[in-house]
Amino acid sequence: MKRVVITGQGTINALGHDVPATLEAMREGRCGIGELDIRDVERLSIRIGGQVRGYEPEAHFNRQQIALYDRFTQFTLLAAKEAMEQSGLSFIGELSQMSGVVLGTSGGGMNTLDENYRSVYEDGKNRVHPFVVPKLMNNAAASHVSMTYNLKGPSFTVATACASSNHAMGLAFQIIRAGGSQVMITGGSESMLCFGGVKAWEGLRVMSKDACRPFSANRNGMVQGEGAAVFIFEEYEHARARGAEILAEVVGFAMTADASDIVMPSKQGAARAIAGAIRDSGLDPSDVGYINAHGTGTAANDKTECAAVADVFGAHADELMISSTKSMHGHLIGGTGAVELLACIMALKDGVIAPTVGYQEPDPECTLDVVPNVAREAKVDVALSNAFAFGGLNAVLALRRA
Amino acid sequence: MAESVKDKVIGIIAEQAVLEPSDVSMDSTLEDLGIDSLGLVEAIFAIEEAFDIQVPFNANDPSESEFDISSVAAIVKAVEGLVADQKA
Repeated sequence: MKRVVITGQGTINALGHDVPATLEAMREGRCGIGELDIRDVERLSIRIGGQVRGYEPEAHFNRQQIALYDRFTQFTLLAAKEAMEQSGLSFIGELSQMSGVVLGTSGGGMNTLDENYRSVYEDGKNRVHPFVVPKLMNNAAASHVSMTYNLKGPSFTVATACASSNHAMGLAFQIIRAGGSQVMITGGSESMLCFGGVKAWEGLRVMSKDACRPFSANRNGMVQGEGAAVFIFEEYEHARARGAEILAEVVGFAMTADASDIVMPSKQGAARAIAGAIRDSGLDPSDVGYINAHGTGTAANDKTECAAVADVFGAHADELMISSTKSMHGHLIGGTGAVELLACIMALKDGVIAPTVGYQEPDPECTLDVVPNVAREAKVDVALSNAFAFGGLNAVLALRRA
Repeated sequence: MAESVKDKVIGIIAEQAVLEPSDVSMDSTLEDLGIDSLGLVEAIFAIEEAFDIQVPFNANDPSESEFDISSVAAIVKAVEGLVADQKA
């Protein structure tokens, strides 16, 4: 089996428009959640989110591109550009034929859907722009990345709600490990902060009106975010031969299904995914120093996740650190695992553990070390990234220090 | 005479529980009736639509919400209060 390493990373999210700005915010425990600035916000009862601010599409894309790129595609392309520049790769010849792109998203072009439904239903128009379909389709971002970087190998989009990015990155990892490709661009993107997107989530009654406080006894729900993160996964010998900087190694992946409830999480399903990723990596549970939690800030997720971690790690559960960076960037739904992988890489590479901000009251059902409010310096050898989606679909990645 | 708030609420709860309204007693809890968290959120949506009111309810912490769901009687009382507030 081939070894898989990460040689590039890029992002845009509520904490920053690139990786350095995002990591700085995570180190400082800064919260990117604020009042939503979207059309018809006054008709929403949930008015906060982790919105990307100070972003002008015209600064990055021309008019023809904007006509084809939904906001989730724009975010993906900006994150991919940063990751590609760091990797120093270019795709020509045989490398181009074999390399591909696997991305996660849940809603795809939600802003495009929202704007065009508004146009035909509310404004009564009978004609829409010719590019509505290619703009809103879930695979639009993956396709534009393949076109931009000449990737002609295995390429597709994964939609498993809040686990989409982790499933996407896990599959990219497996493709390289099995020898199917030497380089894969992977990660995820989401842009659901539009009237219809937030209104739909409101209906489920799981959203907080004031803050995302994972693991805190007074938590009262999740807060949505938006953005993207993209990584370059590369076969180890390929990366070493060209002298690339290795940010971290991907060593394990597991996916499970709860097969029980469409929204309530299951401790067993989560625990099997965590244990499976460790087993797949060939490491011991006691090697794990940090877990980037799914940590949505809902009553149900956080206690179930803590119980699953306690089950898998036993006494070691009290030794490791587990934080939810959703408290800062919000829940990016299908893009969330990708942005959270940045925190895992920071823990391994820089020895800085991103905190769980907004933490106010200990919860007897969440007694793990959640790195409350302030980042911490610690040497970590192995980090996990958890994602447990609606629909009971779970995906956990294991990373090791390079 | 128009259907009372009580009858309407019981009708909504009975539909969620897949029971006849006559089988829903005022002192039963939602758990007694076999209504889970998704059923509860749907029932609250149906109540909001039926009475054109906003029900203050967060699924993260039903017991902390201002809306009392501890029994059918409590729900009827809470809805009557919200309907009265709206008319006032």
